[in-house]
Amino acid sequence: MEGYINLFVKSIFIENMIFAYFLGMCSYLAVSKTVKTAVGLGLAVIFVLAITVPINFLLDTYLLRPGALAWLDPSYAEIDLSFLSFIMFIAVIASMVQLVEMIVEKFAPALYGALGIFLPLIAVNCAILGGSLFMQQKDFSGVSESAIYGLGSGVGWLLAILAIAAIREKIIYSNVPAPLRGLGITFIITGLMALGFMSFMGIKL
Amino acid sequence: MADPEKSSKKPTVLFLNKESEPLFSKKNRALLSDPMDDNNPITVQVLGICSALAITVQLKPALVMSLSVVAVMGASNVIISLLRNLIPNRIRIIVQLVVVASMVILVDQILRAYAYDVSKQLSIFIGLIITNCIVMGRLEAFALGNGVWKSFLDGIGNAAGYGFILIVVAFFRELFGSGKLFGYQVIPDVLYEMGYENNGLMLLSPMALITVGIFIWIQRARNRKLIEKN
Repeated sequence: MEGYINLFVKSIFIENMIFAYFLGMCSYLAVSKTVKTAVGLGLAVIFVLAITVPINFLLDTYLLRPGALAWLDPSYAEIDLSFLSFIMFIAVIASMVQLVEMIVEKFAPALYGALGIFLPLIAVNCAILGGSLFMQQKDFSGVSESAIYGLGSGVGWLLAILAIAAIREKIIYSNVPAPLRGLGITFIITGLMALGFMSFMGIKL
Repeated sequence: MADPEKSSKKPTVLFLNKESEPLFSKKNRALLSDPMDDNNPITVQVLGICSALAITVQLKPALVMSLSVVAVMGASNVIISLLRNLIPNRIRIIVQLVVVASMVILVDQILRAYAYDVSKQLSIFIGLIITNCIVMGRLEAFALGNGVWKSFLDGIGNAAGYGFILIVVAFFRELFGSGKLFGYQVIPDVLYEMGYENNGLMLLSPMALITVGIFIWIQRARNRKLIEKN
């Protein structure tokens, strides 16, 4: 149990998708103008990450990694399908996103309208594929661990986009140099926030 | 599902534009040059930031990454442009992802075979070219509606604009962070003896964001029409 909590906290703060690895920056910058849409997109990202990472973990363990096919027949133990992992992962992610899109369209049409083009673009949110690829490198011991990792990464992403959206709502009232307005200042604020998040790096869990 | 009978009746692929336009007409050259400044994918269109920041600690991986993106974008823009009349609208994102993913797998395998240490350094970021918004963004915005040659130029142009920023950021980060370029020391020992220190902060990830922020500032100060309202 303790291990799970450690992993959860670690994936939110120490290995934050945005501040430590810059994953999912495109939608982070584009959808962070108001807090409301930012929260909607953040929740969608959490949902998709928490589902796709464990599914991809199962795929990786029983299909893709070297020797993974041994459960079918011992003679398959030498087969290495890991070169297929990009295409398998992205297929799982794209279909999951399609599912989320349909659910949101049915049950929260207002949110669907607000998220607009960015919902299908979750499929190409680097944070989602990045979560699966990091999972592949980390050698988790079981499905539950990978699910916790996916969930934590999603929560970290929500936290980051929520923070920047709140700051951007307020920064309209400040006197930013004209060429720096909009994108430029957002980059610099994100940089400063990332410096703040670096203080978590020393924590050993 | 795709209905091959039905879709094949539409006018299919055309290799070159019928209205014989010169290969490097003014419009086509603009496709190549626009993304370098006025319409840069990173600083103006805000696409493909993720990898731009994470792999710019040194010049060499940044260069390899730029070349990989040029290859992937050129190839996938051509393929999608060839298929543009055959792809049903509803499933186009999945089709695009599959095409891009296959190109990226090719690049990844080639890098592993011929430049293993660089490919280790780039770790998951080669895989993340699949979800690099530039690739998908240009496929959606351009290749789905334009001819093969134009899409090819657009792909190459945008990838070059992306690579340009990558290389500039990597140049400054490696120069100030470790005093080297391409791994060779360029800041003379004399300076170090006089008390010059490498700025270790440049090697950390937050400085990549701030470097790009400053780059955007300089670019928009020069090119006033890019300034945003608020």
